[in-house]
Amino acid sequence: MRGAKGLGWGILGVLSLILLWEGYKLVGPAEGVVVGDDGSAGSGTILLPRTHERAMPHVWDMAARLFESTSGGDSPPLIVSVANAALLTLGIAALGLVIGVTVGMALGLVMQRWRLAEWGLLPWIIVSQTVPLIAFAPVINSIGNQIDRGGTPWPQWLSVAVIASYLAFFPVAVGALRGLESPDRIHLDLMKSYAAGYRTTLLKLRLPASVPHLLPALRLGAANAVLGVVVAEVSIGMRGGLGRMLIQLAGQASGDPAAPWGPIFGSVVLGLIAAGSIAVLGVGLKKYRRGEASA
Amino acid sequence: MTVTTPAVRADAVGKVFPTKTGEVTALTDVQLDVAPGEFVSLIGPSGCGKSTLLRLIADLDAPTSGTLEIFGKPAAKARHDQDYGIAFQQAGLLPWRTVGENIGLPLEIHGKDKRQRADRVAELAELVGLTDFVDSHPDQLSGGMQQRVAIARSLAEQPRLLLMDEPFGALDEMTREYLQSELTRIAAETHAAVVFVTHSIPEAVFLSDRVVVMSPRPGRITEIVDVGLPDERDEQLREAPEYYDGVTAVREALHGTTTARPNER
Repeated sequence: MRGAKGLGWGILGVLSLILLWEGYKLVGPAEGVVVGDDGSAGSGTILLPRTHERAMPHVWDMAARLFESTSGGDSPPLIVSVANAALLTLGIAALGLVIGVTVGMALGLVMQRWRLAEWGLLPWIIVSQTVPLIAFAPVINSIGNQIDRGGTPWPQWLSVAVIASYLAFFPVAVGALRGLESPDRIHLDLMKSYAAGYRTTLLKLRLPASVPHLLPALRLGAANAVLGVVVAEVSIGMRGGLGRMLIQLAGQASGDPAAPWGPIFGSVVLGLIAAGSIAVLGVGLKKYRRGEASA
Repeated sequence: MTVTTPAVRADAVGKVFPTKTGEVTALTDVQLDVAPGEFVSLIGPSGCGKSTLLRLIADLDAPTSGTLEIFGKPAAKARHDQDYGIAFQQAGLLPWRTVGENIGLPLEIHGKDKRQRADRVAELAELVGLTDFVDSHPDQLSGGMQQRVAIARSLAEQPRLLLMDEPFGALDEMTREYLQSELTRIAAETHAAVVFVTHSIPEAVFLSDRVVVMSPRPGRITEIVDVGLPDERDEQLREAPEYYDGVTAVREALHGTTTARPNER
């Protein structure tokens, strides 16, 4: 019942988005509204976006384009190419998430165990997220290339996964720290009165208590991993994934405006898969979320 | 008659907390023996160190002076040997565990096998009258029922000493009186000594063999009132003149010593 209602709201959301798009396209001026235009291309401030075919293709054109050949000739339908690219991106994102969760959990555990580590590490962890991915990706890539040249095989997708993990670890580290520190004083006293050591307290109290904090962190981490992979693919020029495909098709958009929407839809689906898999995990961990408002 | 080792022996126990503005003396020169099977309440206004004393006995904090022995052992050893069970003002149940799993938590931590654990949990659930609720989760129970689970849990290791820090403090009066009667029954059945922190005079008198009256700044014992009521405590006792005598005695002991009372207003 609740599931059906949720699905209904979901469909309504998508429909209203389509309506908004097509509605504006119908009434908006073809060349948009630009002020302070001095005649040269790209000058002035856009107040209303352009609505002509190249800028805003019809939704049905986007959908129809999915079933046409990717790049003419014998190439497979766009939707097949998108699916293949999405699978590669998803795989790398999953690896990135695994690395990110491992590193994030480890950092959370270390920071919870030693106050000094929290003081020393937490500021750096926060600062780390202010470094733009675009600046950071080529560095990882060139380190990877050096390792590869040094004899240890280091494929490009591994660099992409590491870059994605850089985005994914952050919410996990912060969420793990907060979760592990969430048990009440009384529970800690109780464990002490049972003469329980660090390990027992961790397993019986801190980890179960951290689940409600970890799940939202994982959801963020998973979404970040997908985003990170797409951006990293673009910035280090890795072939085969959604990011590269998006850039390629966007470059040809003036002649084929509906095409780039294929990989965009692909990455939306990936984001949903990422968030959905964490939701499934949450159902599995339901008993650790008692008292939490059901979402 | 042989000399029995007291359940608790505190000799010149003091506790000083360092704070940013200097040291605060929470307890000074506490002298107290609790006999095996004896029910002793600690009562006094807030800041008198009654909870601190309980935490010292439980080895949750260490005294800064004096010696503290539980059944003739240092407090830390007694904690490791699970010589006491403890309950706090909040039930402190783990929300992801069922009632049965909460009661069995200490047994699980100490590596008791599943069968033994299940038997003991069933026994304890019956003792506190929650047999029908062992598979419920804490959020499905009332405050009074949660506190009964906490008491059952504190009894899991069959301790000879029970430490209770205002366990009924957050409950309504009806539940409170009911659980007081239950506690005297359980204490009698298990022959455990009880150290019970409270700020309710009637509660202290109804439950205890002796009431330890404490006063603040610095926290210390000012008087120990021998209640002298019969071992059998039931609802009729709440109407009995001896009970009122006890209440009066404790009240006078409290008021005679609370010199700081006008300042608190």
